[in-house]
Amino acid sequence: MRQVYSILVNNHAGVLSHVAGLFTRRGYNIESIAAGPTEDATITRIVIVAIGEENELDQIAKQLRKLYDVREVEQISYNQSVTRELILATIKAPINRRSEIIQLANAFGAQVINMTDDTVTIEASGNDHKVRTLLKAFKGYGISQMARTGMISLPYDGMPDDWEPIA
Amino acid sequence: MELNGSQILIEELKAAGIEMAFGIPGGAIMPFYDELMKSKFPHILTRHEQGAAHMADGYARVSGKVAIVVTTSGPGATNLITGLANAQMDSVPLIAITGQVATNMIGTDAFQEADMYGCSIPVTKFNWLIKDVNEIQHVTREAIRVATTGRPGPVLIDFPKDIQITKAEYTPRESAESPLPALREYPELDTEGIDKLLEAIERAERPVIIGGAGIIKSGASTELAKFAKAAGIPVINTLLGLGGFPGTDDLFLGMPGMHGTAYANFALCECDLLINLGARFDDRVTGKVSSFCPKATIAHVDIDDAEIDKRVHAHIPILGNVRDVLIALNERLVPGDYDEWRQTWTDWKENYPLQYDWDGSIKPQYVIDQIQEITEGNGIYVTGVGQHQMWAAQFIRFNDPKTWVTSGGLGTMGFGLPAAIGAKFARPEKDVWLIDGDGSFAMTLVELATAATYNVPVKVAILNNAYLGMVRQWQELFFEKRYSHSHYPENPDFAAIAEGYGVKGINVTDVNEVRNSLETATEHDGPVVLNFMVNQEENVWPMVPAGAGNDEMQLAPPSREAKS
Repeated sequence: MRQVYSILVNNHAGVLSHVAGLFTRRGYNIESIAAGPTEDATITRIVIVAIGEENELDQIAKQLRKLYDVREVEQISYNQSVTRELILATIKAPINRRSEIIQLANAFGAQVINMTDDTVTIEASGNDHKVRTLLKAFKGYGISQMARTGMISLPYDGMPDDWEPIA
Repeated sequence: MELNGSQILIEELKAAGIEMAFGIPGGAIMPFYDELMKSKFPHILTRHEQGAAHMADGYARVSGKVAIVVTTSGPGATNLITGLANAQMDSVPLIAITGQVATNMIGTDAFQEADMYGCSIPVTKFNWLIKDVNEIQHVTREAIRVATTGRPGPVLIDFPKDIQITKAEYTPRESAESPLPALREYPELDTEGIDKLLEAIERAERPVIIGGAGIIKSGASTELAKFAKAAGIPVINTLLGLGGFPGTDDLFLGMPGMHGTAYANFALCECDLLINLGARFDDRVTGKVSSFCPKATIAHVDIDDAEIDKRVHAHIPILGNVRDVLIALNERLVPGDYDEWRQTWTDWKENYPLQYDWDGSIKPQYVIDQIQEITEGNGIYVTGVGQHQMWAAQFIRFNDPKTWVTSGGLGTMGFGLPAAIGAKFARPEKDVWLIDGDGSFAMTLVELATAATYNVPVKVAILNNAYLGMVRQWQELFFEKRYSHSHYPENPDFAAIAEGYGVKGINVTDVNEVRNSLETATEHDGPVVLNFMVNQEENVWPMVPAGAGNDEMQLAPPSREAKS
């Protein structure tokens, strides 16, 4: 099972060590981690995607809440939040296939940001599903380089439990 | 007024009522030590930093008070790691203050530099690196608060040398403020859980209480006794919960788990309601989780939410301070009818008592029995880790909480001697007995020098079998008697070593001298080391093999079991 944790922490030196160290120490697997400032300069949001058994995922949240600098831990379910990841990928693109690759990029709303004689570099963002689909679509051409930010996430405010997101 | 960083830290400690330090000075902590002396802060100079940490640990366990541990940077600080990990595992409050190289040298691999902030993250409840003199007041207050509130634990303040001497304006704590603001921060009482538990108690036919360290730490033993007696429910105490319920009471079933009593483990296997009060379902208690309390509804009261459902699923989870929960339970308790159950566990107690054979050699259990007898259960009992620790836990019948000091979670050999010294500093009016193994004792025996220097009259009983006894036991039972590197045939003469440190030392080889030697030790005005040459092959029984369920407990050696 995968779980997204949105963790609000005090913007202190060493906080990331405490949070990341907790995962290592207790044997939890981090799939991705992204950290950055929030609207409040004293608070940082760390978004972690972790994989584990259901019981273990709850235990992770409880252990996170015990950390001194952690203010809030939200276990975000997919349909209650907007999640995004930014991805940069260099696709192998011989001249004769370049236009179909660009067409495919357009279909995903991705931007072409660089082009050489035999590659096209694209920038794309989206939720988990979109990023996976996109990578699958380009896999056949060959991805020579890739960088991903890791998932960031915000809960939708005031939505009922059964609300279905558009994106 | 203007003070330097060291003075500010000391002022804050004093204002919080902290009045004991254990440690060793060195280059990066000298300005702080200078101020410690000037301010007449009580300080015990130890021989090793690990010893200092265990002393503060023993001190806290018997007094409930916090002490500071002071070391220099680098090796002095890294020597604390075992002591911090030990305190962390057993939720013992202590405050480590480690010297650090000057802030402009941090990260340059300076002489005696170690990243103590990084090193101490996994072994403390929280830690700080002070980078600005103006942070000291806030950090010290927070450090004390974090260490002592909720589920207690060790904290560490890394204190760079330049900050120790930097001056800043300091405003003392306002006198109206209590010395330790918000000393007890507990979660809200879970009344819904309490309702459910009361219903379960009324419905139950075979209930059992398991009391852990939470009983001791929250000062709930009186409430526990009231609860258990009013309800007529038998009580099991975990290793760290011993002393939380009177060992001589009819309702007491002893310790559970790997080396627990047969009747405690039978009761766990047969009970229909388990009431866990402040114990964390350690693997040494549960054995194989899938066969733990198979017939029971499990209620788990804990101050730490993360302990609930961590290893054993709680049907009735109750988040809260154990003492508050017990008070609430006592107000509305309606017991069920447990007469048949009482008969069952009373029979178990009669038919499966703790026992040992008598063969003319000095049996370690006999020595412990005798210590129990001459102290009448009113001493403070400290141990190292291993067979001797399990025998002490089995055979001492504790009268009071905070009279048992042992390393549970981490299982730290060498904990005993320094912890006993710390305990004696905290409760000088009590007889403090260290029951130790030769392996454990040798790991920190250098602190005999501390006992001699400060004339700390701890009484040490080494149960010397010239083996790492618990390792030897496992090798005998599970490794076909291949005793790989567990034997110390050339053990030193521990009595002579003691004498060398200026401590009275007696070797005891004859079982008829056991009682006499214990009396001599009691009467001697000063520390004593009694080196008992005990039976080398004695094993701890009963035993639940590692990874097995409590229902697979072996009562006695396979040979003896076959005969009966």
